[in-house]
Amino acid sequence: MTEAVTIEARNAVKAFGQGDHVVRALDDVSIQIRKGEFFTLLGPSGCGKTTLLRLIAGFEMPTSGTILLDGADITDLPPNRRPVNTVFQSYALFPHLTVAENVGFGLTMQGRPKAEVKARVDQMLALVKLEPMAGRKTSQLSGGQQQRVALARALAPQPKVLLLDEPLSALDLKLRKEMQVELKRLQTETGITFIFVTHDQEEALTMSDRIGVMSAGKLQQVGSPKEIYTRPVNRFVASFIGETNFLPATVVPGGVKLSTGDVVEVATAAQGTVTLTVRPEQVRIVGAGEAGAIAARVKFNVYFGTDTHCHMALADGTEVVARVQSPASGEAGVVEGTDVGIRFAPGAAQVLED
Amino acid sequence: MAERRFEISRIPGFATVAVATFVMLYLPIAALVTYSFNAGNSVAVWEGFSLHWYQDAWNNQAVKDATARSLIIAVCAAVISTTVATLAAMGTTRRARFRGDTFIYVAINQPLMVPEIVTAVALMILFGMVKEATGYQGLGYLILAHSAFCIPFAYLPIRARLEGMDLSLETAAGDLYATPWQTFRHVTLPLLGPGILAGAMLAFVISLDDVIITEFVKSGGQDTLPTYMLGQLRRTMTPEVNAISTALLALTVVLLTIFFLLTRKRE
Repeated sequence: MTEAVTIEARNAVKAFGQGDHVVRALDDVSIQIRKGEFFTLLGPSGCGKTTLLRLIAGFEMPTSGTILLDGADITDLPPNRRPVNTVFQSYALFPHLTVAENVGFGLTMQGRPKAEVKARVDQMLALVKLEPMAGRKTSQLSGGQQQRVALARALAPQPKVLLLDEPLSALDLKLRKEMQVELKRLQTETGITFIFVTHDQEEALTMSDRIGVMSAGKLQQVGSPKEIYTRPVNRFVASFIGETNFLPATVVPGGVKLSTGDVVEVATAAQGTVTLTVRPEQVRIVGAGEAGAIAARVKFNVYFGTDTHCHMALADGTEVVARVQSPASGEAGVVEGTDVGIRFAPGAAQVLED
Repeated sequence: MAERRFEISRIPGFATVAVATFVMLYLPIAALVTYSFNAGNSVAVWEGFSLHWYQDAWNNQAVKDATARSLIIAVCAAVISTTVATLAAMGTTRRARFRGDTFIYVAINQPLMVPEIVTAVALMILFGMVKEATGYQGLGYLILAHSAFCIPFAYLPIRARLEGMDLSLETAAGDLYATPWQTFRHVTLPLLGPGILAGAMLAFVISLDDVIITEFVKSGGQDTLPTYMLGQLRRTMTPEVNAISTALLALTVVLLTIFFLLTRKRE
């Protein structure tokens, strides 16, 4: 099944500066975002995710490349002529207007009849559970309530796409968790395409239908949270999302040979020097000397509550971390200095080309 | 132990200097106001309390005309200079930096830097030529001249306010389908209100107070309140001048109070 594409960027480049000081904030990015999906742009600060969002919103013009909405070229349209709304990181609520006037701003600017604006504002305030606050000034609201007003304001004109620029970063942890659920609910109820920008990998994994991982102005990988986590395409994606082990290796027939000489069976088309990556929860600790296991020695344990990270060294000193479930009682992890063997869960180890 | 901060009030003689400063600032004004109520003809010898100088000033046709002229010019100059200054402030803050923007800043603030007497003479010569050519002798010249030198006084508070304003609000308005004009009308202008009000009031007061440029530019019989008072110097000074000055002072205090209350309410 091919799903309809709502937003598409084709070879988008955004360069800042002149002469020798050109910085490519966005370096030839092409991406397709499907209708009605919750899409997250994930990456560290300065990776270009916000720049891409601003190109879609129309706040910036690309240096080259095109932006399409439902197949139509909108690259040169100003923001006020794009059916796309933004929830800003700073919320950017109008301090001189009431909550209701803020929410109705977009519809009022479009010249909709007063009665329609009022009905829609009431509906939006109900959606974000802020009806009693309609007449308040935005400065009288808490951070979480301001966030809801920003959401209602951006959703009120029923945009084709809602852009969210790290909207949860100013909230404390508990409120952030609540808003994550809230956002997901709003997206499901409205059916609007959400493009969400964050540097928080956990947020991206829990909320998104698909994730686009960005680094250094380039799109590194696009896929479902599971694909991104279990099948990262390169070292950056593997280390940015979740924790992982990196083991230097060389390709041999039937698998790869680690620096210790142990051979791990894994399918790869790569040649020569590679990196083997395995998530800590896919590393099994077995008895020392067990057939086919890689010899290791326990260095120390780090207790995390639900589970414990067991840090081990292979024969040549390469560090490997295993995540083991913490026991109900007794010592967590394995006693320091113990010689053990490790195995990787079938299909868990993956080869990354260097 | 808490660190001892440097406190300027500990310097020997601080209190003396402070008191002296306030005396220097307010004693002349106190004397002016007091002698406006003098019953006698002198601005220096007290002869009892009376309000008759206020009555004289009120009944003096020349004073009435000068006051009306001053107010017309000040209101026009405040409106024109504030409008121009608002546009200038928008143009110099709400866009990317460009080559020569410092020069434009200097150019807008030219009246603060060029000696007023130079501008006065220059305007006299230029307007003299225009008067000759057109035959128009009205208040337009004074309004134009006042508007010009009031621009920086209106510009500076408006620009300061704009620079302190979060650009993301205007971005958000554009995102919510507001055209650039709607954004200005519904977001920038209301938020800029206190700055514009401050600029307009400053411009009004500066125009009301001007002597030098007015003296050089005015045509015959176009005395404003300050130039009328200057003219009185050449005759015998009476407390009528004190009364007029006190009235001007009261007007200024009222304006400043209104401004203070308005801006405080908005915060």
